[in-house]
Amino acid sequence: MPERHAIPVRSLLASLAIVLFPLAYALLANLSGETFHVTLATRIAILGLAATGLNLALGLGGLVSLGHAAFFGIGGYVAGIVASHAMGGEPLPFGLPASAQMASVWALAMLAAGLFALVVGAISLRTSGVAFIMITLAFAQLVFYLAIAWPGYGGEDGMALILRNPFFGLATMRPMTFFLIAFGALLAGLAAFAIIKASRFGAALQAARQNPDRLAALGVRPDRIQLVAFVISGAITALAGALYADLNRFVSPSMLSWHMSGELIVLVVLGGVGRLAGPLAGATLYVLLEHFLGGVTERWQFFLGLALLLVVLMGRGGLMSLLAPKGAGHG
Amino acid sequence: MSRILEVRDLSAFYGASQALFGVDLSVEEGEVVALAGRNGMGKTTTIRAVCGLVAARAESLRFADRDISGMASFRIARLGIGLVPEGRRCFRALSVRENLLVAARKGPWTLERVEALFPRLAERRDQSAGLLSGGEQQMVAIGRALMTNPRLLVLDEATEGLAPLIRQEIWSAIKALKSERLSIVVVDKSLAELLPVADRCTVLSNGRTVWTGRPADLDRSLQERFLGL
Repeated sequence: MPERHAIPVRSLLASLAIVLFPLAYALLANLSGETFHVTLATRIAILGLAATGLNLALGLGGLVSLGHAAFFGIGGYVAGIVASHAMGGEPLPFGLPASAQMASVWALAMLAAGLFALVVGAISLRTSGVAFIMITLAFAQLVFYLAIAWPGYGGEDGMALILRNPFFGLATMRPMTFFLIAFGALLAGLAAFAIIKASRFGAALQAARQNPDRLAALGVRPDRIQLVAFVISGAITALAGALYADLNRFVSPSMLSWHMSGELIVLVVLGGVGRLAGPLAGATLYVLLEHFLGGVTERWQFFLGLALLLVVLMGRGGLMSLLAPKGAGHG
Repeated sequence: MSRILEVRDLSAFYGASQALFGVDLSVEEGEVVALAGRNGMGKTTTIRAVCGLVAARAESLRFADRDISGMASFRIARLGIGLVPEGRRCFRALSVRENLLVAARKGPWTLERVEALFPRLAERRDQSAGLLSGGEQQMVAIGRALMTNPRLLVLDEATEGLAPLIRQEIWSAIKALKSERLSIVVVDKSLAELLPVADRCTVLSNGRTVWTGRPADLDRSLQERFLGL
């Protein structure tokens, strides 16, 4: 569909700036030999990708999922489990070959989380509002306790990946290389979001958020649209989870905890619900606050809370609407 | 003529409270039926029940030779009922064009034809529908229903709250659709504009059909009794 609404130039520029920021940050840090800051930029990209996945369900679909940590964690555990099997040369369950190539790990992570999202969505989409929030939370807690109770894969202690998984011939242990991989995944996630938003499916998803009955009365089944969106949303967040595991070379149940789900919601709300670059803007602010204020005071989350409060009180457009006001949530 | 919609002895419920107590309504192929009655007499509830949006029970509830009682509303819509709901009518977050395309199904009605019927929509196609005037929003809602290529168009409060000039535009569009032999059920407060368009009129009072017949036979005393004029 063609570009809608007259010239969102400012919105476009703001989005571009937000998207290019982690790249510029990583390049500068790499040039000056500050590899730690390259890792910081990688965290921004990965959390931005995870929240972009959530933005599909939450922003476009109005589905407030408090269970997206499950998809994030499933992605992480798939990466960790595949890596440990590949390291030991054992095949995976169901006779899947234990190829630790990132591309196949990602596919597996997205498939596993997508299937889980299909089950969670099929059940939870029968409800809405608080019940929906609670059911998604319940499913995520289920996976959380499963991970804790499963000693084979680290249980409560989590599991370490000795090396990052390989990505074709690249030296993934080099911070800048891994950043570029994560950044590429982020761009792919943002492109997917933009394409979906501009498509007829995306229009139906937004219509279902506003008035599902009205959409049904036009012959479109709203819960089906929402279910498909929920599955894609979960799969994108799982991709981020797999990358996060590789970044930290560590997976633990904390990736699956409900704090993580809440954090993802905070990123989306902080950045701008339903806006393309919103979650990335939120992730950028979050990671920078955590690092720079976290160095000053342990209570840095107080300032995060303050920022969130401001955003929520001053209209719900988030950071993106400060950078590019106007606009019924596009760009 | 074959009958496209047949509603006999329809009761409808909002939770435990009953809103309709016996509505009869039928529409023949190519016919325009006015659904009249004072506020709160059950016009909108009747429409919502036909579209599967409220729980209903009926001796007969048939559309296009299919029993539609208890059917999910998206299935009823796919059989060919195009609803233009009352009130705030558009999907605000979407552009005009997205509103028109979101539920489009194949058939004679295309974007080009809808934009020819309502040229204003062509001018505003990339605008956010939430920023349109009430009249333009109503055009979008009618266009959106036409894009589903319905066999029966249902307009609830076709011109309520719209400026006089816009009302004329809406009425002439409805006349144009009538001349194409589209079956239509239409609700509107303005009998002076509604009755000349209609082939037949069904009057509701307290959730019941109390009169049905040719608009010309809806005389003064009937109008005073049931329509409060």
